[in-house]
Amino acid sequence: MLQLERRPEASTTLRWLSPLLALALTVATGFLLFLGMGKDPIQALTFFFITPISDLTGLAELGLKTAPLLLCAAGLTVCFRARIWNIGAEGHFLIGAVAASAVAVSVGDAGGFLVLPAVLLAGIAGGMAWASIAAFLKTHLNCNEILTTIMLNYIALNLLLYAVHGPLKDPYGFGFPQSVMFADAALLPALINGTRLHIGLAFGLLAAVAVWVLFARSFIGYQLNVVGEDHRAAAFAGFSARRLTWFALLVGGATAGLAGAAEVTGPIGQLVPQVSPGYGYTAIIVVFLGRMHALGIIAASALLALTFIGGEMLQIAMNMPKAVTAMFQGMLLFYLLTCDAFIHYRIRFRRPLPAGLSQPAAPAGQEL
Amino acid sequence: MDLLTNILAATVVAGTPLLLVALGELICERSGVLNLGQEGMMLMGAVAGFIATLSTGSLAAGVVVAMLTGLAMSMLFAVMAVTLSANQYAAGLALTIFGTGLSAFVGAGFVGQSIEGFEKIAIPLLSDLPVLGRALFTQDLLVYFSWLVFAGVALFLRFSRGGLVLRAVGESPGAANANGLRVLTVRYLAVAFGGAMAGLAGAYLSLAYTPMWTENMTSGRGWIALALVVFASWRPGRLLLGAYLFGAASILHLVLQGLGWRSPTELLAMLPYVVTILMLILLSFDPVRTRLNTPLSLGQPYRPGH
Repeated sequence: MLQLERRPEASTTLRWLSPLLALALTVATGFLLFLGMGKDPIQALTFFFITPISDLTGLAELGLKTAPLLLCAAGLTVCFRARIWNIGAEGHFLIGAVAASAVAVSVGDAGGFLVLPAVLLAGIAGGMAWASIAAFLKTHLNCNEILTTIMLNYIALNLLLYAVHGPLKDPYGFGFPQSVMFADAALLPALINGTRLHIGLAFGLLAAVAVWVLFARSFIGYQLNVVGEDHRAAAFAGFSARRLTWFALLVGGATAGLAGAAEVTGPIGQLVPQVSPGYGYTAIIVVFLGRMHALGIIAASALLALTFIGGEMLQIAMNMPKAVTAMFQGMLLFYLLTCDAFIHYRIRFRRPLPAGLSQPAAPAGQEL
Repeated sequence: MDLLTNILAATVVAGTPLLLVALGELICERSGVLNLGQEGMMLMGAVAGFIATLSTGSLAAGVVVAMLTGLAMSMLFAVMAVTLSANQYAAGLALTIFGTGLSAFVGAGFVGQSIEGFEKIAIPLLSDLPVLGRALFTQDLLVYFSWLVFAGVALFLRFSRGGLVLRAVGESPGAANANGLRVLTVRYLAVAFGGAMAGLAGAYLSLAYTPMWTENMTSGRGWIALALVVFASWRPGRLLLGAYLFGAASILHLVLQGLGWRSPTELLAMLPYVVTILMLILLSFDPVRTRLNTPLSLGQPYRPGH
């Protein structure tokens, strides 16, 4: 008889093995799925995971998509460690993009080298402002942050649409809902010449380092951890949950806002309705997959960036729906949470007892 | 009068998917399980129902397939959140992300196709009532069915032994277990009901509301339903009221435009989400009542023998 039993201690090995297991299961499921669709599974998986990163341009594209994911994930890590379920990175990202674009469009070329910092700061401020709404609603009005941040995401999306159809619309853009192309002064410098990879990736890596320092070296990081582990212990220790909530959400807003600003000033160069393919939502997966750890989220960001490029590749090369990206991402998170269960539990095989004897009152769980 | 009737009728139609999905979530939460995967299950129900109807020509087949799909999705969640005691927030989010992706993938070839959706059926006599007659009793079958489900859920919770068991499990799984109730079985059933209702709500969108499939066609209704359950303090009567209130909010921009209100559509389209946040704020004025009404074990995994 199979039984689920709680481990005496959480398994550290499985904690780090679980993401790899989840990835393996996702690839295996993908294999079966492509087979079922009548496509060559080896070829499809190669197009998805390997072809996109087999040359410098491809690697640069990977870095390009890693940057926003890493920035958003860094902020979310701060929130999730404290068990503040901020689902709002997407909204912060969009508002950051709109705010940055508003500054870039209105300043133009005037201002020289000050333009870019101003544009990026506007993005950060926009993201923080948007996050502060959720923070205020949580700390002062006791509103569940999951629901408020989700609703704010939808509101942010509509604000973005309003901006590109209204105040920020390019008057000479043949009616397309998009802003003018930004002046050169508002564009991020390239990281590798000849590719689209820009300095945003450096921002992302810096953010990851900052997360590491925060949790490994600072008192506020310690407080966030304690609040996440045990809310009451934190209260007894005198840590202000209210202050920590503000801190976490503002950091989340700042990084995601910067990601939005870096996206419009980097690869796109203008504000468009499709500025985000769902980076803010995917970043949630990154945080779980990366074990809420700086190094982990860097690796996980790169992997999930690959799913975006791989999906596009499959669409072009094998005529598959682009949604294959979202499906792979969802599958990955699903398998991850399932594998994670075995960090705390293990499956035990027990021989059924002879009739007449009752099950011993062992620390066993329920039957599977 | 005609305008008022039209607005009321549209309110009922817009409120129906919310009512269906929220009734399912209410039962689920009453058992102590918070399933944030409503949006994903709705989308899967919508796409599966649409494809089934398109290929069989039968609306009934579409509805059944949608409910079964929602149920199957909810079982994925139940295995993680109930059996494996995974974090319910994370598992629910995973369900939504997975359902959003899978539905877009499965439905990619069906975008732009159309079917004959549910038709309005006038109930004799009742539909002749002034104003309300046409608004309430000239609707499609699923609207009438949603009322049946509502009555069933309300009666079940209040008067049946099963309702008592469900509430006991949600309030105090330990005590329920000590009394010989099978906590995990009850929770599985509650999650399954929630899944089937979310699938049905999705089918309402793709088979009746707008008989077609588009990616992300639920546009946040699954999330709004979660807020709705809180707003209703986990009570069916208030849920019915709330669903139509939110329904009204979601068609408000159409009404305002119809009345000649000159305002950008994008700004008006925010209204349902803004209203949802306002509702949550209103609730915060009486946090004690909200806390008293919240099922005590909501969001807590339960493992017998611990």
